[in-house]
Amino acid sequence: MTVIETPTKGSPPHDSRKRPIVRARRSRGNRDAWLLVLPAFLPIVLFSVYPLAQGVLLGFTDAKAGLDVATNFNGVDNYTKLLTNELFWNSFRIGLIWAFGVTILQFLASLGLALLLNLDLRFRWIARTLALVPWAMPPVVIAIMWRLMLNPTYGPINGGMRAVGLPGDINWLGDFSTALPAIIVVGVWAGMPQTTITLLAGLQNVPNDLHEAAALDGAGVWQRFWHVTLPALRPIIVAITTLDLIWNFNSFALIYVLTAGGPGGQTMLPMLFAYNEAFRYGNFGYAAAMGNVMVVVIAVFLFVYLRGQARSRLS
Amino acid sequence: MTLATTLNSRTQRITRPLQYLALLGYVIFLGFPLLFLILTAFKTPQELISPNPSFWPAELNFDNFAQAIEKANLIPAAGNSLIVAVSTTVIVTLISLPAAYALARFKTKLRGLATGWILLSQVFPFILIIIPLFLVLKQIGLIDNLLGLVLVYTVWSLPFALWMLQGYIAGIPVELEEAGAMDGASRIRILRVIILPLLAPGLVATSLFTFISGWNEFFFALVIIQDPALQTLPLTLARFVGAEGQVQLGQLAAASLLATIPSLVFFAVIQRRLTSGLLSGAVKG
Repeated sequence: MTVIETPTKGSPPHDSRKRPIVRARRSRGNRDAWLLVLPAFLPIVLFSVYPLAQGVLLGFTDAKAGLDVATNFNGVDNYTKLLTNELFWNSFRIGLIWAFGVTILQFLASLGLALLLNLDLRFRWIARTLALVPWAMPPVVIAIMWRLMLNPTYGPINGGMRAVGLPGDINWLGDFSTALPAIIVVGVWAGMPQTTITLLAGLQNVPNDLHEAAALDGAGVWQRFWHVTLPALRPIIVAITTLDLIWNFNSFALIYVLTAGGPGGQTMLPMLFAYNEAFRYGNFGYAAAMGNVMVVVIAVFLFVYLRGQARSRLS
Repeated sequence: MTLATTLNSRTQRITRPLQYLALLGYVIFLGFPLLFLILTAFKTPQELISPNPSFWPAELNFDNFAQAIEKANLIPAAGNSLIVAVSTTVIVTLISLPAAYALARFKTKLRGLATGWILLSQVFPFILIIIPLFLVLKQIGLIDNLLGLVLVYTVWSLPFALWMLQGYIAGIPVELEEAGAMDGASRIRILRVIILPLLAPGLVATSLFTFISGWNEFFFALVIIQDPALQTLPLTLARFVGAEGQVQLGQLAAASLLATIPSLVFFAVIQRRLTSGLLSGAVKG
């Protein structure tokens, strides 16, 4: 097993006499570890790693639904076809607006809430409890709830607008110009718990004496936030916004129930698009190719973002 | 401490009201949709279609709940959801417990491998995994089968359960185990008598979280289950949306509330542990 080699490789030459014993103990430890991990490892490899690899490969075939259809590799045919598929790129553009819009707004809203929850305010437990609820709700129920909120005739948003004399007849989810902003708001609502709680935990780990030292030096609240809190919070911010971006780009259930991609494809996120391609039209290979493109794009964004963050931390 | 607080107290008099105002804003943004969902569930069809719907229901009537249960087939769907979520939870807990222990205690390459996979698996869109999985499950006859769904949920929840559990285990001092070994206790006995009781709260949190994930999941169920008799709750609810008319809004809201109750109750039980567990996993991972 190669696993044993690496830890001993770095050890200085003079204790080479001890090595056999260390190695024997380690290899027993390793065997135990493997035995313990195996029951979890096996299903992950069989039903997660293997299908994923196969899924990536499927993106280079003409696989279709149906039992008796032969599947052939067709090289980059899927991708040349995708290049001219305007609907797909349009959905891609919508997906990026959605993912970045939700992630950024979610981050700002959650940071604000986390800062408030970190203060010694009365009744903050109410906000804390409410902030956690979306985490426990099925995405389908969140979508149903917001359909009620945004309902053109019955919904309280239009009702509220009518009450203050505004034209309260907007079909939020059905109108071309309002559908995407509306689902972004729902996305922010649905994803606030994880972000808020993570940031709050980060805030609670910022050493208090740093704040006091800065306050003694005459730094105002805003300066302390900018020069003490934010830098200390940075690793957590990077981690949670990265995860949020991935999660949002891959989200499905919420939008499927809210709009199913409508009106006229205005909220057709890439995941919905690929789902339709695969399970409505049966073009498995083509849909997998879309998945591959999505992975590459996410990976590029993550690479640029994380490298930029790592660089600015070093400088 | 004192100097800083005196410096603060002056600005506090101005900023405190603003802070409470902001907190109120958040409470409304987060809480109002929930309140509205609950109120809608108690409104009669007449109230729902009235041109000037009142915000509060005229009275607490539970007709919507009764009708939702009957019309939307909530009971069988809840049964399916329960079977799937409970089976998944049991399997995931049983196989992730030893694995998490190994990840937390043995400093092998496995640890890096597992962490790498947990992060990597987040990046891939579900579509890439569900198409080949669909083909495989079809071959072995597990499409339109709750067992197929259990299989998918198990694999899907495992990385996260592992991650949480190993965080909790890493939080238990190794010295306790070493002390047990000094006293001549066998490894199994050490695990059973020393580790398991300390791990119990973390184990409960992980299990309940797995249950909630299975109970709430929609995408995999949508692909794998087509037979209406096998539909889970989220599928049933989503189909109910399609049949929605103004009159049915009350029933839709009632059904949604009923479907949310189990998740919400379990979540309330574990939420403190959940956040601390996620973070300990994150810090020590």
